[in-house]
Amino acid sequence: MRVHVPRDAAARALGADDVARALAAEAERMGLRAEIVRTGSRGMIWLEPLVEIERDGTRIAYGPVRPEDARALLSGRMEALGRVEDIPFFARQTRLTFARVGLNDPLDLAAYGATGGLAGLAAALALKPEAIVEAVRDSGLRGRGGAGFPAGIKWETVRTAPGAGKVIVCNADEGDSGSFADRMLMEGDPFLLIEGMAIAGIATGAERGIVYIRSEYPDAIATMQAAIARAESGGLLGPRLLGSGRSFGLEVRVGAGSYVCGEETALLNSLEGKRGIVRAKPPLPALSGLFGRPTLVHNVLTLAAVPFILAEGAAAYARHGLGRSRGTIPVQLAGCVARGGLFETGMGLSLGTLVDDIAGGTATGRPVKAVQVGGPLGAYFGPEHFDTPFGYEEMDGAGGILGHAGITIFDDSADMGRLARFAMEFCALESCGKCTPCRIGAVRGVETIERILEGDATAVPLLEELCDTMRDGSLCALGGFAPYPVLSALRGWPGDFGLPPANRQAAE
Amino acid sequence: MSQKGPRGPWPQATEAALDEVIVAHAGGEGAGALLPILHALQARFGHVPDGSVPRIAQALNISRAEVHGVITFYHDFRAQPPGRQVLRLCRSEACLAMGAEGIAQDVRDRLGLAWGETSADGAVTLEPVYCLGLCACAPAAMLDTRPLGRVGSDALLAALAQGATGDDGEATP
Repeated sequence: MRVHVPRDAAARALGADDVARALAAEAERMGLRAEIVRTGSRGMIWLEPLVEIERDGTRIAYGPVRPEDARALLSGRMEALGRVEDIPFFARQTRLTFARVGLNDPLDLAAYGATGGLAGLAAALALKPEAIVEAVRDSGLRGRGGAGFPAGIKWETVRTAPGAGKVIVCNADEGDSGSFADRMLMEGDPFLLIEGMAIAGIATGAERGIVYIRSEYPDAIATMQAAIARAESGGLLGPRLLGSGRSFGLEVRVGAGSYVCGEETALLNSLEGKRGIVRAKPPLPALSGLFGRPTLVHNVLTLAAVPFILAEGAAAYARHGLGRSRGTIPVQLAGCVARGGLFETGMGLSLGTLVDDIAGGTATGRPVKAVQVGGPLGAYFGPEHFDTPFGYEEMDGAGGILGHAGITIFDDSADMGRLARFAMEFCALESCGKCTPCRIGAVRGVETIERILEGDATAVPLLEELCDTMRDGSLCALGGFAPYPVLSALRGWPGDFGLPPANRQAAE
Repeated sequence: MSQKGPRGPWPQATEAALDEVIVAHAGGEGAGALLPILHALQARFGHVPDGSVPRIAQALNISRAEVHGVITFYHDFRAQPPGRQVLRLCRSEACLAMGAEGIAQDVRDRLGLAWGETSADGAVTLEPVYCLGLCACAPAAMLDTRPLGRVGSDALLAALAQGATGDDGEATP
């Protein structure tokens, strides 16, 4: 009998370590031969700690499990959830990137290879670099960090860039509230990210990579470091990748609590030992990035999508999706949510399907007032926008962003005026200070929102003008997108700002 | 399974002790080693001692102003050692949606601490944090490196009391 208990930080935050200890102790008391395997999370966080008992190759899930449930669980007296694959939340997903997360010990390289891992790298090693780039381009994969830039174009730019010492940089500075897919992937299937980076290295001619992980993720840092060490001894990294003549090395670097370092040029400055100040573009990092070298910067999820594309073919990836948003996206359902967790699906489901059907609405059972899509810089949407399809162009067309595909749900107790103020306050706190619209604008924005909240409706046009200036004049998305949550809250819920509904038309 | 920061008592930051850490992490291209050095100093001494600034500057061939600028830019680096435990409460949207503001106020009142303060007996430092990636089990917190989900103020104070006894609640499978 094998007992699978997640070691994902969210499962641990809900007591998975205590459950694992209780199960080990109880198994010993009962004289059971039970092997306890710590896995990644299957992504159904509302059921965590979710324990799977494996007998004769069949895994049955139980959850949420408390330590005091150990005896009932091991003796078969606890009510089961059935197979994970049959739970509707899971059954409705298309798991390409997260296919393996939650199945095995994430640091078991043999299990990784036995469950389809390394096939993408093996395929890439048999191809010319141009052909690898072509596969990535044909898959339609776009930057999953939020910008949605076509990955194939970026790869081709780095591949053909003149200059030595090219670098692959993985942006694992996942600072957007409501997002945790990068963390879950690194904690649950770190070899997949390593494999994706190695493929990127072969395709572009880079022989080293760096994973920049935020310091708020101690478990992800530890897991990636351990995985890199095992990958080196197992031939997934090092001077002879899978026994070939190709070489690729990887190291983990740790951020230091700066949100703006999730912006790629600020991240590069941070890696260079500087303050996390945004750089003006051009030059593009693809041509002149880390220490002036051609640098491929991608989010965790972009790089982790690559092994599937190489192993199964570009068409197998591109077959999912909507319009120009190809492939799958790991949607993260967060906040005041009944069924919170990670839901990987082809692009194009409507926002309402995700919020009402899949997430099951709010945790409190009260009506959904608003959802914020794409992190602290994303717009707030009310239920009247729930028919919007989940894709890059579609969210943009609705006046928002897809961002990193996090959806934070709020029930009707949310105060949109306070949330708008918070968005500006956060921008002021995290502004790198390089450009004036963001550095000064965010501070003035907080003051102006406060004026409105104190009853001064004449400050509304001022706030709108300020938001225009920030959006058009900021150097990066921090100042440029902070107006999204602010103006969407103001326009959608003027009453929360003490404004009459009539102001809604005036604002639009 | 995750590393947890040392909880003091912190060693004396003598010049020799500082140099030992700096030399161990210096190297590489340009000043790229700066953040690793600062993290290592803070792990060893609980903070980045003032006396390290000129020594880092010399080791990396950059100005003291540049070192100072980096230390003060990033929220993580401390000018003084923290309490024996560091409790970080998330203040981001997903946690706000689950009442994090009220819980934080209650914890601040019960501990008698403002954000960033350390209790007089040196037991605990209270800090805000902007997202721990635990947004599907909000409100979230982190005690040293131990993640805590769906917390209320009672649970947070209980975790502090448990942590003070040295039981970090972590399994080491």
